[in-house]
Amino acid sequence: MRYLPLSADDRRSMLAKAGVADIEALFADIPEDKRLADLLPMPRAMSELAVERALGALAGKNVAAGSTPFFLGAGAYRHHVPATVDHLIQRSEFLTSYTPYQPEIAQGTLQVLFEFQTQVALLTGMEVANASMYDGSTACGEAMLMAHRLTRRRKAVLSGGLHPHYAEVSATLARFAGDEIDLAPLDPRAEETLIERIDDQTSCVIVQTPDVFGNLRDLTPIAEAAHARGALLIAVFTEAVSLGACRSPGEMGADIVVGEGQSIGNPLTFGGPYVGLFATRAKYVRQMPGRLAGETVDADGKRGFVLTLSTREQHIRREKATSNICTNSGLCALAFTIHLSLLGEAGLTRLARVNHAGAVDLAARLAKLPGVEILNRHFFNEFTIRTPKPAAALVEALTTRGIIAGCPVSRLAPGAGLDDLLIVASTEINTDEDRAAFAEALRAAL
Amino acid sequence: MNNQGRPTRPVETAAAEVKTFTGNRGLDIEEPLLFEIGRAETTGVDIDEPPAHPDRLGDHARRGAIGLVGLSEPETLRHYVRLSRKNYAIDSGLYPLGSCTMKHNPRLNEKMARLPGFSDAHPLQPVSTVQGALALIKQLSQALMTMTGMKAVAMSPKAGAHGELCGMMAIKAAISASGEAATRKVVLVPDSAHGTNPATAALIGMSVRAVPARADGTVSAQAVRAVLGPDVAAIMLTNPNTCGLFEPEIVEIAEAVHAAGAYFYCDGANFNAIMGKTRPGDLGVDAMHINLHKTFSTPHGGGGPGAGPVVLSERLAAFAPVPYVVEREGRLDLVEHAEGQELGRMTAFHGQMGMFVRALAFILSHGSDGLRQASEDAVLAANYVRAALRDLMSAPFGDRPCMHEALFDDTWLKDTGVTTLDFAKAMIDEGYHPMTMYFPLVVHGAMLIEPTESESKASLDLFIMTLRDLAMSAKRGEVERFAGAPRLAPRRRLDETRAARTPVLRWVKAGAASRE
Repeated sequence: MRYLPLSADDRRSMLAKAGVADIEALFADIPEDKRLADLLPMPRAMSELAVERALGALAGKNVAAGSTPFFLGAGAYRHHVPATVDHLIQRSEFLTSYTPYQPEIAQGTLQVLFEFQTQVALLTGMEVANASMYDGSTACGEAMLMAHRLTRRRKAVLSGGLHPHYAEVSATLARFAGDEIDLAPLDPRAEETLIERIDDQTSCVIVQTPDVFGNLRDLTPIAEAAHARGALLIAVFTEAVSLGACRSPGEMGADIVVGEGQSIGNPLTFGGPYVGLFATRAKYVRQMPGRLAGETVDADGKRGFVLTLSTREQHIRREKATSNICTNSGLCALAFTIHLSLLGEAGLTRLARVNHAGAVDLAARLAKLPGVEILNRHFFNEFTIRTPKPAAALVEALTTRGIIAGCPVSRLAPGAGLDDLLIVASTEINTDEDRAAFAEALRAAL
Repeated sequence: MNNQGRPTRPVETAAAEVKTFTGNRGLDIEEPLLFEIGRAETTGVDIDEPPAHPDRLGDHARRGAIGLVGLSEPETLRHYVRLSRKNYAIDSGLYPLGSCTMKHNPRLNEKMARLPGFSDAHPLQPVSTVQGALALIKQLSQALMTMTGMKAVAMSPKAGAHGELCGMMAIKAAISASGEAATRKVVLVPDSAHGTNPATAALIGMSVRAVPARADGTVSAQAVRAVLGPDVAAIMLTNPNTCGLFEPEIVEIAEAVHAAGAYFYCDGANFNAIMGKTRPGDLGVDAMHINLHKTFSTPHGGGGPGAGPVVLSERLAAFAPVPYVVEREGRLDLVEHAEGQELGRMTAFHGQMGMFVRALAFILSHGSDGLRQASEDAVLAANYVRAALRDLMSAPFGDRPCMHEALFDDTWLKDTGVTTLDFAKAMIDEGYHPMTMYFPLVVHGAMLIEPTESESKASLDLFIMTLRDLAMSAKRGEVERFAGAPRLAPRRRLDETRAARTPVLRWVKAGAASRE
């Protein structure tokens, strides 16, 4: 087996050194009647070529997003990632190192995390950010639990613009922790009045912008209302590129900002691995979950970086920890940081303008179709249309025409009575021809 | 090159320490922060300005600068390549971190994960366009169930601790379904457990009751029975345990736990020791997470991403979270909503697909024979290291064989003036990543060595020889070698106290307040 270096001779001499007659003696603690006599009922070892054939066949059964005009977002976005990013994250020293528990020989990872934290703090308009979470949805749930700890209250108010998966993840956590959730009905036109739901028991209000329907929301009045009742505002985003064009949540008064960082540096990969972004105000840092890299000096006085404030974490605090999180999303955070280093302020803001321009163009094309209505007043690169036929059926129809049209709201929230809504995204990957083809195909399917 | 007239032999000089003008030391380059070398107007990505268009941002448009900086493409490459060289990695050396399973990461797996059919598939594409992705999830699920002897698997958890949370939620859901939610609120956790175990129990509103370990680091059925009661929801046990031992009474423990109406959660972090040797399902386990980034070699990436599928027993199968893959009329479908189901959803979308591809590539490459051989080699390597160091270093539980990791304590360092930490840091100067230290907590000055199946005998012998040299040096009282270590790494020991007391968690432009 190509991955196993020991020869039969090696094994024999090592067994002798270990003082046992055969390998079974090393497994003697396993009750004899529970030891497997035969090999597992699975295929035997395969060559590299054979594995490539097997997995290549499976991959070939999928339609790759890049092979077709593609307008699907709703929490994960197809962007162009420069070749440099994937090359660098495959450097052995980044790819195959562990969590940087030995800082003397992990300064590469630690400095990257420090840069990542700085970038995330700047983007979100917050003072500090952690070294990443699993993804945006779990970051959202953890932010809610953090707000419970900070306010010593246990009721979260969730906006009807929050991605339904994010709301479900938060509801799952709340249910098991014995906390309360006040989930507003889905709000495709950003008309809800969340402020009325905030009371003296409210720990936090969770609002997404751009929301799952693509609406841009002004968080300032909600922040003010929440703060007036002693509650926190948690701002959520799923499209990080929007921060290149839109006001930051920090500027609008958010206390905790969480989001999905996949858009920058990371491929779609059918939903994961992605990278959760988590930022807050400096005064709350000791209640923040997840790992943190911090600056310090070494014995010679040289600047260096370490994991710090670990007294919040499970390996020190055990049942009193701020979270049970251990592994984060280091390599995806690295991809995020490298892509954002390449973009810089100039590149990100231009990329955001290109995205916005494409979406505005697509909305104008679709708005001309008979019976199609654009629901959004303000949006970034994603918006929602009302269609005269069920959106899921239209998506199926367009799929047969080789166009991935978007996300029917019924896919995210079946039974919500919003079957005629379709969430559509346009990014820099979409050409004018793609958008024209989409509009034409939708016209034909209506 | 023209060698004419140029000296071709090194001139002998005294080996004095050189202080360079740059602070660089040969290949080890001092690299500033991105923010110290980047510029606001620079970008390494060419993007055309979009044509003029109506604006739909309204008053949501950003008003001020973000504060980001950019680099050109060559500068970006150089910055991150230089940083990468300050990292130790499994590709560059033996990485004996106990309980972390730092094994070889095959590049085939990277290549497979990057096939466009996997890497460029959106999680919400119509299921008709992702039949291959669903088939892969199903195939990996089957493999994990076969290897563990369990009846179901929840694939979506994002890492080990997330899987642990999922498994414990499934247990709590089952308890709720049988109407015992109000009474069963205690989780039994041995002292030797990973910190995530008690943290997970606390997260779902359970309280933790400790189970004492025996002198040999294992848990006895008697000790478990003594703390079992009608208030107990579950036991969380790592097997093989964090001391590197297989729990010999695990079957009796499982029976006692089940007889008391509770569930058996097994922390599967150490599954690498028992692939093809025994199946957790046969031992009485009800739920166990599997760290794909440990046993199945998906790269650790400097701290993730991981993946933590949870295998479930028949009793818990009905309490798995959404989403999951089902087969309907010959085609695969996703169940993404389950009305009224207690557990609901753990994460957006369907889990760590990129890790699933890599893990399945690993499993297919090994096959049933290779998986068992991998576990046997991992256990053999640990025992080889244990036996080769036994005369110099003290093992807390005597001479008994271990599983895939060898545990030593610091009794042998007594009166040498050298601590476990010092010893570990001296390993860095010798070119090795240290072993896991001070864990498990139940062993004083613990040193937990997990060589994995990936090391050749020559590599193990060199490692053993190095540790023996260091051990003898410590015993000779050569404290200076250890107290000042490491001296040859990119950094010497870092001031963690200062980092925690006055946290500097991001770069701030000179002159601006930077402290918390």
